[in-house]
Amino acid sequence: MSEEHPQPSAEGIRSLIDARLHLEGPMLPIVHAIQAEYGYVPEMALPLIADALNLTAAEVHGVVSFYHDFRHAPAGRHVLKICRAEACQASGGTAIAERTLKKLGIDWNGTTANGAVTVEPVYCLGLCACGPAAMVDGTVVGRVDDARMDKLLSEAGA
Amino acid sequence: MRIYVPLDAAAKALGADDVAAAIRAEADARGLDVEIVRNGTRGMVWLEPLVEIEDADGRRGYGPLTVDDVPALFDGTLETLGDVEKIPFFARQTRLTFARCGLIDPLNIDDYEAHGGLAGLRRAIQMTSENIVEEVKTSGLRGRGGAGFPTGIKWETVLHAKGAQKYIICNADEGDSGTFADRMIMEGDPFVLIEGMVIAGLGVGATKGYVYSRSEYPDANAVFAEAIGIALERGLIGPDVLGSDRRFDLELRIGAGAYVCGEETSLMNSLEGKRGVVRAKPPLPAYRGLFNRPTVVNNLLSLATIPAIFEKGAEHYADFGLGRSKGTMPIQIAGNVKYGGLFETAFGMPLGELVNEIAGGTASGRPVKAVQVGGPLGAYMPPEKFDTPFGYEEFDGQGGLIGHAGIVVFDDTVDMLQMARFAMEFCAIESCGKCTPCRIGAVRGVETIDRIAHGDPDAPALLADLCETMRGGSLCALGGFTPFPVMSALTHFPDDFAPAREAAE
Ligand SMILES: Cc1cc2nc3c(=O)[nH]c(=O)nc-3n(C[C@H](O)[C@H](O)[C@H](O)COP(=O)(O)O)c2cc1C
Ligand code: SF4
Ligand code: FES
Repeated sequence: MSEEHPQPSAEGIRSLIDARLHLEGPMLPIVHAIQAEYGYVPEMALPLIADALNLTAAEVHGVVSFYHDFRHAPAGRHVLKICRAEACQASGGTAIAERTLKKLGIDWNGTTANGAVTVEPVYCLGLCACGPAAMVDGTVVGRVDDARMDKLLSEAGA
Repeated sequence: MRIYVPLDAAAKALGADDVAAAIRAEADARGLDVEIVRNGTRGMVWLEPLVEIEDADGRRGYGPLTVDDVPALFDGTLETLGDVEKIPFFARQTRLTFARCGLIDPLNIDDYEAHGGLAGLRRAIQMTSENIVEEVKTSGLRGRGGAGFPTGIKWETVLHAKGAQKYIICNADEGDSGTFADRMIMEGDPFVLIEGMVIAGLGVGATKGYVYSRSEYPDANAVFAEAIGIALERGLIGPDVLGSDRRFDLELRIGAGAYVCGEETSLMNSLEGKRGVVRAKPPLPAYRGLFNRPTVVNNLLSLATIPAIFEKGAEHYADFGLGRSKGTMPIQIAGNVKYGGLFETAFGMPLGELVNEIAGGTASGRPVKAVQVGGPLGAYMPPEKFDTPFGYEEFDGQGGLIGHAGIVVFDDTVDMLQMARFAMEFCAIESCGKCTPCRIGAVRGVETIDRIAHGDPDAPALLADLCETMRGGSLCALGGFTPFPVMSALTHFPDDFAPAREAAE
């Protein structure tokens, strides 16, 4: 389920902002909407958000950079999140994660050379009773073992 | 014939969507009239996908079901689990908060009502705010998010606080490892949370509620967003709650992957659109919370338990439990266990019974070495402490905490030095940065544990000292409680920290 993202434009970003200005505290909904649309939060969005919310661009940057979710550059075509938290560690998650990164030749938050997969750490997906757990583009996967991970990676074109 | 296939994220993670599709295809191929209901989970995760067939004889369970099992399911040759409510793990529970989860179609409000839903709210509508708050106080309900503060007292403060607008915030930022009860409710019985929040609104005079959930829970957020739409359409929320002429609006907000945003003041900053840094207290959120207005912040389970209290009566609820830990607790059993899942029971069951009997010990079949209770800020309990009854004061007395009631079991292959190191690393990654002992201390903590691993004899004392500084000098429990997992690991599992360790490797 590869997601195609349009090229960011000031016009597009402004309409995403405007649609949420009626909310109380619209900042996070706006940034989420921008990342959902473009796959990341483009630099050019910051002054536009600042302008709409009557803040400085530095303040907006401060908020956006606070959260682990927001990317400042596009990710690979697929995003694989692997849970690193305790319950998944208890069922072998650390070894799965290390093997995966090694196999792909990347580190956490890295993207494979062919641009297919970005691997991100996540701290608990609420699947702690069927760990090790992972999520591919929003689809949850439980009891991940080497075979299952290899299948996920090949489906993602890694 | 009606067939239940859970839509719960854990069931999906184990293949429930494919199973549902295969059941649909097989039924169509056989020309059978089958209604597929996507229910929540019964909480027996090791049996997921747990499919139930309902006919004139009642409901029979099958699981864990694979796509390949589907033809046999229809042929009637597949071995059944029988009535899933008779499976010991389920039969031993007392389900008050989770009474309907897995039983009903989560998005069918009539189904919800037919199983006791809305009775609590109907009763609350007839009561004064004072009486609503009194009822919650009588129930003895304490916040299920971790600190265990009495919910009735919190509501009373907000009721008496002055403000043109008051808010109810549901803290659904369930970031603790080993916990998934909030997620299960959002996916399996969302109207119970909505009902609880409306009652809270009536109790304190708030007309607006926010549910702050996590981006890590896309499935829960999708189901809950749909539930809000249905609730609005059916008049459970909106300008005229169940024809009472009272208003309550509800909105779902999603965080962005910051653990600290589960802390209530950080959560409010995040909702307001600021960095999710922790605010100093006072002022309490009850007086000056969201947008500086009186605000109730409650954990999702606290709010989801309210309808049962109003339906069955506060006394009924308070009769369960142990000492000042009243009622039932949805305990989440996770990690290396044979039977993982959700087990709701009255407070008081000893930890060892939960681990060895209910959870059936480890999935690996190896001996249990350590159990972390209460999320990443909770202590590691060794088997010597297994007689500790599950209760707020009882765990506190043993140097632990129950937190959001997640139990994570580790077998004897775990390296406790690595777990202590991870706790420090987690604190460093997730620190909001406001205070030095947390922001810098956690980084130093990782380094100090590495020095212990390399045999530096001075390092353990340094680590203890550092933990003391973090405990005493941190503004919130992220920095303040990280010493729990770290020091409990060091104290109870000294062999993993021994200087001889490297030579032995
Ligand atoms: C670092 C940190 C993370 C927290 N995470 C959560 C959480 O995910 N859910 C929650 O309900 N409370 C969490 N809390 C506790 C909240 O601050 C607050 O006490 C709670 O939501 C109050 O609700 P209750 O009284 O119903 O328990 C956290 C606290 C800290 C310090
Ligand atoms: S203890 Fe850590 S997370 Fe809590 S306020 Fe201080 S810096 Fe922020
Ligand atoms: S600890 Fe990995 S899903 Fe919860």
